Amino acid sequence: MRARVVHIASNTFREAVRDRVLYNLIAFALLLSGAAILVGQISIDIEKLVVINLGLTAVSLFGVVIAIFIGIGLVSKEIEKRTLYTVLSRPVRRWEFIVGKFFGLAGTLVVNTFFMAIGVFAALFYVSHKFVRADALILVALYFIVLEFLIICSLALLFSSFSSPLLSAVFAFCLFVIGSFAEDLRGFAGMAHGFTRWLATGAAYLVPNFSAFNVINSIAHEQPVAAQLIWHNTLYALFYATMALSGAVLIFENRDLK
Amino acid sequence: MLAIEILGLEKTYLVGFWRKRPKCALRPLRLTVEDGEIFGFLGPNGAGKTTTLKLLMGLVFPTAGSARILGQEWTDPEVKAQIGFLPEQPYFYDHLTAHELLNYYGQLSGVPAKERSRRVESTLQRVGLRDVQGMQLRKFSKGMLQRVGIAQAILHEPKLVFFDEPMSGLDPMGRREVRDLMEQLKQEGKTVFFSTHILSDAEALCDRVAIIHKGELRSIGAVEDLTSSVHGKVEVIWQGTQAPASMKALGAECHVTGDTVRAIISETQQDAAIDALRRERLRLIALTPVRTSLEAYFVEKLQHAETTAGRTT
Repeated sequence: MRARVVHIASNTFREAVRDRVLYNLIAFALLLSGAAILVGQISIDIEKLVVINLGLTAVSLFGVVIAIFIGIGLVSKEIEKRTLYTVLSRPVRRWEFIVGKFFGLAGTLVVNTFFMAIGVFAALFYVSHKFVRADALILVALYFIVLEFLIICSLALLFSSFSSPLLSAVFAFCLFVIGSFAEDLRGFAGMAHGFTRWLATGAAYLVPNFSAFNVINSIAHEQPVAAQLIWHNTLYALFYATMALSGAVLIFENRDLK
Repeated sequence: MLAIEILGLEKTYLVGFWRKRPKCALRPLRLTVEDGEIFGFLGPNGAGKTTTLKLLMGLVFPTAGSARILGQEWTDPEVKAQIGFLPEQPYFYDHLTAHELLNYYGQLSGVPAKERSRRVESTLQRVGLRDVQGMQLRKFSKGMLQRVGIAQAILHEPKLVFFDEPMSGLDPMGRREVRDLMEQLKQEGKTVFFSTHILSDAEALCDRVAIIHKGELRSIGAVEDLTSSVHGKVEVIWQGTQAPASMKALGAECHVTGDTVRAIISETQQDAAIDALRRERLRLIALTPVRTSLEAYFVEKLQHAETTAGRTT
């Protein structure tokens, strides 16, 4: 059972690699090296802050785009191309397929993030010529970004399990944008009254709270991250991804593959 | 033991965007397939062949009914380790090579790692793809993909193989090879269930066939039973250069070829025909029942179904 999940995950990873998804790393590297050189020339004393901000934001955005655009096709593309028929006619349970796909995509994003992180540290070294202890905080920001990817992967899979790739992309991207402003939405819910308050509160807690994962600015200013936030975000991401994945499994288990 | 037992499987889809309306793809289907036989599932396009196969594979869920495969509930995932399936016009992960694809399917089917490599090699050899095993599938032709499809269906040495239109996309040589392969599978004791609308293939291969039309089973039986004496006619061949008047009197249409004469007469008149030949002192060479082709039988069944449907509406 576990072996089948691993095989599906590794095939998903291999597919992403061979579809040249990791080529985005070249674009990322070019963007970051260009930015580092430019920042080095025009910024005074804040080069490091700009590079960390720019680098981590780029890691996050590149990853989100990849998570959405691969994730939305993971199930629907297999149904459309009928590659799923030869998989599900074997002793493979439908949930194993969904979970395998999730881990395959998550693995792709982790590898992607690893290489982009090397790029960020290289650009940082270029502008500051040394590493200090506080730079280790960047690893926490990267960890939060990976947690964010897990949620987005699971949401993309959830949408992919019942709708077309285009609609799935729209849903996933909207949720990412709304989730990035989840704290504001919660603030608005606190100020609203009556039905609006009820609606805004429901929406604020239903959408993923991505703003809690965004510590890029404080890390760029070398402010430490509370251990409690790390635990909270870890549990929140695992819970949210599990829920979304369970939804995807539930829908997919009952779906006719016409 | 029965390889397949379909117990009233039925499928109705809801179609339409706003106002969903039911569309029956398969009426309650009951049929059995014996262990070790080649069973042909025939019907025109849209008859319900692929729906039946998808139901058996668990790709779509039935509206009603159930089935047993190799004596077990068809929904049991472990049954699938003992079956192989070739979908119609198969499409595979085109980023993989033929070898990698079969290895992946071998992993999913639970083929032990030690044995997998040997099985992949021998299966590729069997379907004639060994020379291109390292080529990515995106570069494969339609016929080559069909061979890959057949390879993945038999890789794990299943007891029962389902082929959906296995000859589709193959050239005459390829079709011949698939026919030979199916016969080999039968000799190995495996059961083959295949859907097709190419009737000559079914006639050449099948022990039994079922004809399905508009989601309804129209006929089932051994090919010989379905095609023999359908019209109740016999063929009489005797030595001679012309037809005697007594034979013509029976309403026989006679054809002279060299020194033999051939006539088709009604089965009820065969004794009279033999008497006539004796009286004329002509030598009888053969007297055989006229067998209709499976194609003729198929067309007749479908026309009959259309006529019946026309009368009831």
